[in-house]
Amino acid sequence: MSAEETIVNPGPRAAPGPGAPIAIQVEDLHKSFRIPTQRVDSLKERAVHPFAPREYRELHALDGVSFEIRKGEFFGIVGRNGSGKSTLLKLLASIYRADSGTIRLAGRMAPFIELGVGFNADLTARENVVLNGVMMGLTPREMRRRLDSVIEFAELGEFADLKLKSYSSGMLVRLAFSVMMEADADVLLIDEVLAVGDASFQQKCADAFHQMKAEGKTIVLVTHEMAAVESYCDRAMLLSDGEIQHVGEPAEIGREYLKLNFEGGVESGGTAATDDSDGARLVDCRIAGGDGATLTTLEHGEEIHLQVEVELLRDVPAVHVGFVIANADELGLFEFGELVTGESGGMLEAGKRVVVKARVENSLGTGRHFVHLGVQGPGGVSIYIHKALSFVVFGTQQSRGVIVLDYEVEATVEDQAR
Amino acid sequence: MTTDSRVADLREVRGPSALGGGPRRFFDLLWLMSVTEFKRVYFGTVLGYLWSLIRPLMLFGVLLFVFTQVFKVGSNLVEHYPVFLLLGIVQFTFFQESTTNAVTSVVAQEGVVRKTQFPRLVIPVSTVLTGAFNFCLNLAIVIVFIFAFGVDPTWTWLLCPIALVLLFVFTTAVSMALSVLYVRFRDIAIIWIVVAQVLFYATPILYPVNFKPGGDFEHLLMINPLAVIFEQVRIWVLAEPEAPTIVQAAGGWLGLIPAAVIFLGICAFGAWIFKRDAPRIAEEL
Repeated sequence: MSAEETIVNPGPRAAPGPGAPIAIQVEDLHKSFRIPTQRVDSLKERAVHPFAPREYRELHALDGVSFEIRKGEFFGIVGRNGSGKSTLLKLLASIYRADSGTIRLAGRMAPFIELGVGFNADLTARENVVLNGVMMGLTPREMRRRLDSVIEFAELGEFADLKLKSYSSGMLVRLAFSVMMEADADVLLIDEVLAVGDASFQQKCADAFHQMKAEGKTIVLVTHEMAAVESYCDRAMLLSDGEIQHVGEPAEIGREYLKLNFEGGVESGGTAATDDSDGARLVDCRIAGGDGATLTTLEHGEEIHLQVEVELLRDVPAVHVGFVIANADELGLFEFGELVTGESGGMLEAGKRVVVKARVENSLGTGRHFVHLGVQGPGGVSIYIHKALSFVVFGTQQSRGVIVLDYEVEATVEDQAR
Repeated sequence: MTTDSRVADLREVRGPSALGGGPRRFFDLLWLMSVTEFKRVYFGTVLGYLWSLIRPLMLFGVLLFVFTQVFKVGSNLVEHYPVFLLLGIVQFTFFQESTTNAVTSVVAQEGVVRKTQFPRLVIPVSTVLTGAFNFCLNLAIVIVFIFAFGVDPTWTWLLCPIALVLLFVFTTAVSMALSVLYVRFRDIAIIWIVVAQVLFYATPILYPVNFKPGGDFEHLLMINPLAVIFEQVRIWVLAEPEAPTIVQAAGGWLGLIPAAVIFLGICAFGAWIFKRDAPRIAEEL
């Protein structure tokens, strides 16, 4: 397989086994912040009230966190707001100092935090890029050599000598992302990059992630978007209130994360599934990729292969398996289904499994979509799962519509006086 | 043991610090930041370098006029009063500009500090280094004046760098303390403007150290480390036979001890407080 092919389609890459060298080792990490109940931020106040008790509220952001990340692993850190995931990343990036515990890291590290790598708005893109490279441990000469490819990757050629204060936020994010890419670090720490940017930038990020993955870099991704974790990560970790809830397979973490969200009574914007079933049991429901893997992101135009497996708990003559594809606003876009009957008019016996594979043309607009699943049969056999699946369609063309249709346009200019 | 090879490459991450990351990276970054900032000031505005020159020259022009034309005392005090005055102003401008810029430097770099790991000390020191570049260019103007006013060259000119290095070290120490204190106490900026103004008059810039209009302030004046440095530069540059040496001005070697103690004390304080607070700057911002 050539390098080019690797970038385009990395395929299923085996996650590094337990024998692989360790890239990041964290032991019993503690970090708390002292939040003053009353902020004293001038010498005058301090001088006027020299003995005023200074009261603090201790906030335990991280409470005894230990884990290891192997070299070449794509590791996700998820958690709700305030769970300590960003603090953990800043500790790994050496921006905060831990109260106790140790962090050990192999190789050079490049952080991408709060949508940036740290820019000075008064300097031009070129100057900032070189400065940043040096901060990440490259020599000025090395970074100057990579300057052109950074600017090129960010597609900012004509703005390279513009001060960053005149940049749009999208341009800043693009520049920051390409600096991180070109810094050629061994370990990348990335915070919430996927939440921003237009479709084409997200596509670029996706490609970049696949490429880095193929190059065997260690990547830590902090996010609360489960779709991203499931599509990129080899392993993931769920943080809650500064403690590790779970470390494991991304899919497993996704379920745990959902559970956590429901326990807290907070409405999740993600894959909030409501299950209501009788007489049948859902065994499997997913979007299958070419090689049998589960997909959570699809490029526009890439066919959607839905796969559902239902175990019948009662004898029924037939069941209808139906799907509704809805967009992020929960607007139903398309409904279809199939009636499954027993062979030559016979019954479908209890214990049998009905497997439905559907192939749908992907004319969907970019953004998040859901699939509602319904199974119905006589005698009260029913399954209805609202938002049984959640997936993201990405594409290079931004579209205002909810679907993208093939079209042909013919335009002519004619003289009025004919 | 297999575990050994698995963890062989690991290095401990200890969080941000004043100096961490190795000397190579520190100096690379220091140089790059200073030069970038210097270039920005130079080429960023239409008048560029002229701006940084206009301020000390205006001050020089006004003071020269007041003390030689209005009060007519300047030239009675020092043979080459204009050169003496300019020399003092250029040195003090370096001190004042560097420290004033340093006060807000760390906070102004918030975006970088909160997102990147690098030796924090680079920030205030690069501010001082940028000031030093300016100072070197201003020195060229001083040299023109030195020859224009007919000061004879002497071998003691070669000693001046010793005093200027001390000035650089002192300025750096003050900048370090101010930059990190400002993170927590925002009124430092206002306080420092006043203190710098006081220091301007408490340093022999307008008047020589042996100027005794109403009382003998020589010994008191020589408590100020800046006064000692400026006076020594004056002696080495102007080589006036009648000017007192710093030892004479301080009333003997023992008289220099307070200035030395203050100098070392401020250096130690600057280093200590910066080292102490550097790891937490990102959290306080």
